[in-house]
Amino acid sequence: MQMRTEPTALSTTISPDTGIRTEEMLLNVGPQHPSTHGVFRLIVKIDGETITEANPVIGYLHRGTEKLAEDLNYTQIIPYTDRLDYVSAMTNNYVLCHAVETMMGLEIPERAEFLRLIAMELNRIASHLVWWGTYLLDIGAMSPFLYAFRDREMILDLFNELCGARMTFNYMRIGGVKWDAPPGWIDKVKEFVQYMKKQLPSYHNLVTGNEIFINRLKGIGKFDAQTALDYSLSGVMLRCTGIRWDLRKDEPYCIYDRFDFDVPVATEGDCMARYLLRMAEIEQSLRILEQALEQFPSEGEIMGKVPRVIRPPVGETFVRIEAPRGEIGVYIASQGKDKPWRLKFRRPSFNNLQILPELLKGENIANMVAILGSIDIVLGEVDA
Amino acid sequence: MEQLLQQSTSLSTVMMFAAGAVVLLLIVLGFVTYAIYFERKVIGWMQLRVGPNRVGPLGLLQTVADVAKLLLKEDTRPKHADKALFALAPVLAYAPAFAVLAVIPFTDTLHFADLGVGILYYIALSGITVLGVITAGWASNNKYSLIGGLRSAAQMISYEVPLVMSVVGIILMTGSLNLKEIVYAQQDVWNIVPQFLGFIVFIIAAQAELNRTPFDLPEAESELVAGYHVEYSGFRFAMFMLAEYVYMFGMGALVTILFLGGWLPIHPALDFIPPVVWFILKFSLYVFFQFWLRATMPRLRADQLMSFAWKGLLPLALVNIMLTAIFISYQSGMM
Repeated sequence: MQMRTEPTALSTTISPDTGIRTEEMLLNVGPQHPSTHGVFRLIVKIDGETITEANPVIGYLHRGTEKLAEDLNYTQIIPYTDRLDYVSAMTNNYVLCHAVETMMGLEIPERAEFLRLIAMELNRIASHLVWWGTYLLDIGAMSPFLYAFRDREMILDLFNELCGARMTFNYMRIGGVKWDAPPGWIDKVKEFVQYMKKQLPSYHNLVTGNEIFINRLKGIGKFDAQTALDYSLSGVMLRCTGIRWDLRKDEPYCIYDRFDFDVPVATEGDCMARYLLRMAEIEQSLRILEQALEQFPSEGEIMGKVPRVIRPPVGETFVRIEAPRGEIGVYIASQGKDKPWRLKFRRPSFNNLQILPELLKGENIANMVAILGSIDIVLGEVDA
Repeated sequence: MEQLLQQSTSLSTVMMFAAGAVVLLLIVLGFVTYAIYFERKVIGWMQLRVGPNRVGPLGLLQTVADVAKLLLKEDTRPKHADKALFALAPVLAYAPAFAVLAVIPFTDTLHFADLGVGILYYIALSGITVLGVITAGWASNNKYSLIGGLRSAAQMISYEVPLVMSVVGIILMTGSLNLKEIVYAQQDVWNIVPQFLGFIVFIIAAQAELNRTPFDLPEAESELVAGYHVEYSGFRFAMFMLAEYVYMFGMGALVTILFLGGWLPIHPALDFIPPVVWFILKFSLYVFFQFWLRATMPRLRADQLMSFAWKGLLPLALVNIMLTAIFISYQSGMM
C-alpha cells in the first residue's frame, strides 16, 4: 500500500432539495492537541462532524533509537529503551536484556528474576492507571485522573526506592538487575498490593457504572478478530476481540509459568471491552504480585555470571514479551561484536495505531477521542 | 426601588438607577471572583488537591490576579478573522447575561424591575447569548471554534425548549409569570415538592444551558481544544468567562426562586433569619451542586445530547405539564 499523508481532494455536494452547497472540511488535530497524548498529528476530513477520512502523521518524536543502538554497547542501549514506552520502562528494559541473554544463553539468578517480575507487574499496573486516568480525561471526567495518579505515585515511590528513578529506570542489566531490593521494600510492595485491591472496586463504582460513560464507549471503535489479526494488533487490542493470547501464558518468559493467573478476554471488540480488560488486567497483575511476593527468595545473587564485555555470538534472534500495550519485541543481528549490527524494536503502540484510520472512518469527532484513547498509544514508542 | 419606578423621571432617579446597577454589577463581579475561587477549591478538595493557596491569604486573591493578568494581556486577533464580529461577539454574549439579573427578586424588597412577565423576560434575553457564541465561532475563522460555535447553538436552542416547558407547571400552579408572585405562592410548600419532575428537568436543562459538565461540549477540551473561544485571549476571553459565570449566578437565583421558595425560610419558626440570608443559602447550595457535578461527570456526546433533549427531557416536561394540569383542574372541582 502506498504511504500517504496528504488527504484526498475535498468533495462538494449540492443538496437537491435546498440547493445549498456543502463542502468537506480538513481539520488538523495535533501535533499539539490535548487528546493526542503527545505529539501525534491526525489530519481528518470531516463532513459536518462526521469523519470521512483520517490520516495519521507520526514521527515528531523520532529519535532514531534503533540506529543509535548500532553504535552502543548492549548495556548502553538499556537507558534508551526507557525512553521508548516511557510509561512502562521496566518491560522495555526487560525485553532488551532478555534478547541478549537468550543469544548468550545466560543463567539468571532466582532473586533477580523475581525482582524483574515484580518490577514489570508493578509497572503494568502503573501504566494501566495512567491510561485509565488520561482516558477518562479524554471522555471529559476530570477527577479519575487525579485518583489514578495518586496510586501511580505510590508505585513510582516504590521504584524510586528500588532504583533511584521514577520513570526512566535503567534498572535491569544483562544477566540480572542493577540494584537489590532495599530492606523492607518487599513489605512495602505487599502493603501497596493490599491497598490497590481495595481501591479498584471504588474506581469501578465511580466510573464503570456511569450511564454517560457507558453510552460513550459501548459499541464504539468496534472491530473483529480477523481485522485485529490482519493489522497485527496485540495486547488488549487483540484480546478484546476474543482471541486469548498473552505471551505471559502462551510463551512464558521470566518466571511467569510459576504463577497462577487468568488472561481476561472479551468478545465485543469495542472501547468498553478494552476498558474493562485493562481494569481486569490490573487485578490479574495484583494476583501475580501477591504470589511472587510470597515466594520471594530471602537471599541470593542479583547478577548472574556475565562476561566483562558482552559479545553475543554471531547470529540473530527475536524475542517478544507482553508489555502493557501489547507485544514488545526485539530483533538483534549480531556479528559477534560488543555492539549490535542491527537492532529493531517491535513496538506495540506503533502496530496498534495502524488500525486507527479504519476505525475512524464514518465516526463522529467526539468518538475520535474515545477511539484513539482506547488504543492506548505512547508516542515515545510509536516514533521510537 | 418600587417607589423609584413609580416616580417621574428626573436626573436624580436616573442617577439612583445607575448607582443601583453599578452596585449590582459589583456584587455580581464579586460573586464571579469568589465563585471561581470556590469552584477551584471545592474541585481541588474532591480531587485530593489543595486548590489555589498562593496569592493572598488562603489564595483568596487568586482570581483577582488571574483577571488582572487577562486584562493586561495583549489583545490578539487572528489575521483573517472578521474584525467587527470578532469584537462584537463577547459583548453580545455578556450583555444579556447581566441584563437578565434585572428581574431577579432577591428578597421581598430587594429587587429591580418587577415585571409581570419576569420569567419570560429572563428566558427571552438569555436566548440572545447563543448569538454571541455562534458569532464568536464564525468570526474567529478557526475550524475548532466553528464546530464549537455550532455545537453550542444546537445545544442551547434544544435545551431551551425543555427548560421553558419544565417551568410551565409552576406557572400553571401560580397563575402568574411574575417571579415575586411565584415566590409568594410557595408560602406553604416549596415548588420542589409538587413540581419534583419539573425540578429534575429544569436542573438538567439548566446545566446544558450553562454549558457545564456533563454538557460542556461546546468547550470540550479533549475534542475541540476550547470550542468557540479558542482564538480569544485577554479581555475578550474574560468577557466570555464572565458571561458564563454571570449566567450561573442568574440560573442559581432562578432555581432558588422557582423551586426553592426564594427568600422564604424553611420553616416559619426560622423567620428571624433575614430573608436575604435564606436566599444566599439556597443559592449557594445550587452553585455548590454545579461544582460537585463538574468533579464527577464525564461528558456526553453531541448526538446523544440532542436525542436526550428531544426524546428524554421534552416528553418528561410535557408529562409534568399534563399531571399539573390534571391536578389543578381536579382541585378546582372541574373534574
